[in-house]
Amino acid sequence: MSSILIAILSTAGALFVLLAAIGMIRMPDTYLRISVTTKAATLGVGLMLVSAAIFFNDLSTTTRALVIILFVLLTAPVSAHLIGRASYFMGVKLWKKSVMDDLQGKYQKKSHVLKSETDDTPEDNINHSKSDDDEELVK
Amino acid sequence: MSLTDYLSYIILPVLALAVCLIFYRFLKGPSIADKIISLDLLITTGIGIIAVYSIIHGRSTFLDTAMILALIAFLSTVAFSYYIEKRNRKK
Repeated sequence: MSSILIAILSTAGALFVLLAAIGMIRMPDTYLRISVTTKAATLGVGLMLVSAAIFFNDLSTTTRALVIILFVLLTAPVSAHLIGRASYFMGVKLWKKSVMDDLQGKYQKKSHVLKSETDDTPEDNINHSKSDDDEELVK
Repeated sequence: MSLTDYLSYIILPVLALAVCLIFYRFLKGPSIADKIISLDLLITTGIGIIAVYSIIHGRSTFLDTAMILALIAFLSTVAFSYYIEKRNRKK
């Protein structure tokens, strides 16, 4: 009985990790790839760790697996936010079919300060005009 | 088909295929942010592979390695993004 449960959970986890990998290939934009990394891969790895905890059926192993799941759940959004912020300052272009950019004209290029209104000194802002190609090299 | 065979012949190849796809993005990635994201995702996939491997071999000690890998993945992502932001900041 427990082996069937382990098989189901690990299959779901592997499929979610595979979907995250396909999303890494198929997504057209850095920011969309960041969203793939945080959601699908976290869920997949969590399911596989739960299946490991069920297999060993042991308090110490279950605690260890739960600690890893908690750590991944806590750190994935933080690291995604950090790398998204860094890539926004780096000037990584949005996808050309992206609908809107909420941060347009609100981040200061020099001071890295986020303003709540659109700035009146547009020469200090970061340029995020959308790219013409699907994948443009950013130095 | 026992659980060990199922994990060895179906789950692990699927995860290996996922690692190959992510590694393609790691090599190709247009910007350096893509490379950092794919490195993070490679290590996260490695945690899953370690979990499946520990089930196959019946050794729960491997999960300690997974914990260390999770720590290193978070630390490396934070350090890379910190230094990228520092590098682009004009004086």
